[in-house]
Amino acid sequence: MKRKDKSLKTMLWTDKYRPKELSALDYHKDQAANLKNLTKDGDFPHLLVYGPLGAGKKTRIMCLLRELYGPGVERLKMENMNFTTPSNKKLEIMTVSSNYHIEVNPGDVGIYDRVVVMDIIKNVAQSQQLNVNAQREFKVVVLTGVDNLTKDAQHALRRTMEKYISNCRLILCANSLCRVLPAIKSRCLCIRVPAPTETEIVHILQNVCKKEDLSIPVEFASKIAKKSNRNLRRALLMCEACKVEQYPFTENQNIPDPDWQIFIKKTAARILQNQNIETLSKVRENLYELITNGIPSDIIFQTLLDELVANCDMEIRLAVMEQAAMYEHRMTQGNKQIFHLEAFVAKFMCMYQNMMQEMVGEF
Amino acid sequence: MQAFLKLKSGEAPSKPTSSTTILQNAKPWVEKYRPRTVTDVVEQNDVVSILEQCITGADFPNLLFYGPPGTGKTSTILAAARQLFGDIYKERILELNASDERGIQVIRDKVKNFAQLTASGVRPDGKRCPPFKIIILDEADSMTSVAQAALRRTMEKETKSTRFCLICNYVSRIIEPLTSRCTKFRFRPLKNSMIHERLALICKEENVNYDESALKTLVEKSDGDMRRAITCLQSCAKLASKGTPIDITTVSEVTGVVPDTWLEQFLTLCKNFVHYKDLQEFIRKLMLEAYASSQLLEQLNDKLVASKDLNDSQKSFIGEKIGVISFRLQEGGSEYLQLLELGLSLVKAFSLS
Ligand SMILES: Nc1ncnc2c1ncn2[C@@H]1O[C@H](COP(=O)(O)OP(=O)(O)OP(=O)(O)O)[C@@H](O)[C@H]1O
Ligand SMILES: Nc1ncnc2c1ncn2[C@@H]1O[C@H](COP(=O)(O)OP(=O)(O)OP(=O)(O)O)[C@@H](O)[C@H]1O
Ligand SMILES: [Mg+2]
Ligand SMILES: [Mg+2]
Repeated sequence: MKRKDKSLKTMLWTDKYRPKELSALDYHKDQAANLKNLTKDGDFPHLLVYGPLGAGKKTRIMCLLRELYGPGVERLKMENMNFTTPSNKKLEIMTVSSNYHIEVNPGDVGIYDRVVVMDIIKNVAQSQQLNVNAQREFKVVVLTGVDNLTKDAQHALRRTMEKYISNCRLILCANSLCRVLPAIKSRCLCIRVPAPTETEIVHILQNVCKKEDLSIPVEFASKIAKKSNRNLRRALLMCEACKVEQYPFTENQNIPDPDWQIFIKKTAARILQNQNIETLSKVRENLYELITNGIPSDIIFQTLLDELVANCDMEIRLAVMEQAAMYEHRMTQGNKQIFHLEAFVAKFMCMYQNMMQEMVGEF
Repeated sequence: MQAFLKLKSGEAPSKPTSSTTILQNAKPWVEKYRPRTVTDVVEQNDVVSILEQCITGADFPNLLFYGPPGTGKTSTILAAARQLFGDIYKERILELNASDERGIQVIRDKVKNFAQLTASGVRPDGKRCPPFKIIILDEADSMTSVAQAALRRTMEKETKSTRFCLICNYVSRIIEPLTSRCTKFRFRPLKNSMIHERLALICKEENVNYDESALKTLVEKSDGDMRRAITCLQSCAKLASKGTPIDITTVSEVTGVVPDTWLEQFLTLCKNFVHYKDLQEFIRKLMLEAYASSQLLEQLNDKLVASKDLNDSQKSFIGEKIGVISFRLQEGGSEYLQLLELGLSLVKAFSLS
């Protein structure tokens, strides 16, 4: 008993207070009730659950699995699985599984995702559900980051999803639908999980604080909710970090930005200050640093762009945005992301300088 | 994973005592209502009539089926095979799809070996059947052109005892030497009336009630994709609690329709544009709702084409933009950036007049 208490203490709030049952989900309640209806019959379809970061997709999926199989799905094992590609390359990937389901993020093996996805599904489909108490004749494969699957892997899923449907169901999880092939969407029930509203986040923060025996002023909770960009995970992490920094909370307590965000803002400021080769090479260093620290390049692009565009005249905004949209698109096509980021910065400097000169000329 | 896989080799399961303990594995409706015979296939008359002739004894050509998802390509060939060969159809077909390894080596070995097996004209039960086998290459557009080229010779050499059926979404991805060896059939997107009829039939079978207008919307939103229509129908029926008829709200949610208020708000914002920050804020909010941008663009396009506020040159300016943006999105461009560009383009279009 004591040991359990201790482990609870070291757990992050994001894990400690993650709801475990559909009925305990405290927003999008109608959807939760609908999902419950979905589990009542045996003809459960493949699902594609999509929504922004930290909207609670994963939590909802786990609750759904629990509804399907009972608390047994919470006995999780983490294991490395090994695969061999047709060209004899050895791959290793982390999986999380229970007796009833297995979860994997195929993106972890990059372009070899197809091999992993196929092997896992075929394995699962061949292993009969032998647990008499299971209530279901099928097992579930949860694939996360489906919008980042290669086209190859998505194609491979198509017929597989139909062929093995009698004893294997897929739950696919993605941030957005736009990179998912129509043929895959056509095979799934698509479930949209919008981000919780700021009010809903405030509510959850208050609940969590109450359980922690803390009191949180509603104004402060709102500030966190706003700053989190309606990302519930981020809100919870921020709140916990603030508590470590200073408790009791005060209304105007500082909520620190994540380091990388500050870093990008500084980089943007530099670009706006001076448009020359020297700045460009410094910016490149900064971009490299961000990428090597694992910040996704699309997030870098987006944050940087927001900072830059905010400082432009309306006249050139569309032009800048056109360039940005073009370079960003190229970035997703190529494999050297830094080149496209840098090319965009160079282009921007050029446009910005022209704008400034014209403004000076007008005086 | 260990525990997970162990079940495979575990001790034999004791049979469930009553059928209520395990929910019987009813298949999802798309599978349950997959056409059993070629005659069941809706809409694709050309191919159906050819295949019906083949089943009654006419010669069976090499086939190439192409067309958008959910139009019956896979179902048609599987149904035909079942009708041609009866119980032994599994022995007589080799089905390879994008999930199978289909490199050049597999084409050389597996396909060739299967092609060279002899096939008798009599079934084990004494009934007659066609003396050939069918190799089905489903999702052939994901095969490399090298592998496709390797197929050429086999196709030519084994005409006596083997027929090929290639299936794909995009016929342009199949090399010419292969397409010219096959009789081509285009699978058309299904007509709304056909989908409607089929869905109504399924509703009757499954005892599902619906609002007529809700069903109509569901059909329209399926874009001629029967699979999507059936999946959505089942989802609507299952998400709602038992007994309540399918209504328009459920249909909109399941098919991912963007509520009109969002579109209106977007257009108003761009038309009476004041602060860039407002536009940015709006796009951000829209993204947090997670509507599919492809859907958004489609609805927006429909709206703009019909709009009386815009003249032709404005419409063509924005139409072109929507085209480029929708292409970039499909290719994986960031939704936020592409939608911001769209917004600024709309601002410009409105100011053009
Ligand atoms: N309904 C809910 N009520 C309270 N807290 C929730 C709820 N749903 C999710 N959370 C909390 O929000 C956090 C984020 O949820 P989750 O991991 O499910 O998000 P996600 O959508 O999978 O995010 P990502 O796309 O970033 O992986 C979790 O740590 C959980 O504690
Ligand atoms: N023409 C049709 N008539 C009746 N049912 C159809 C038809 N087309 C599709 N369906 C329904 O949709 C399901 C999927 O069809 P099928 O697998 O044949 O599509 P497909 O054309 O092979 O699609 P994909 O290109 O995505 O593989 C079937 O199980 C059936 O329920
Ligand atoms: Mg997640
Ligand atoms: Mg098919």
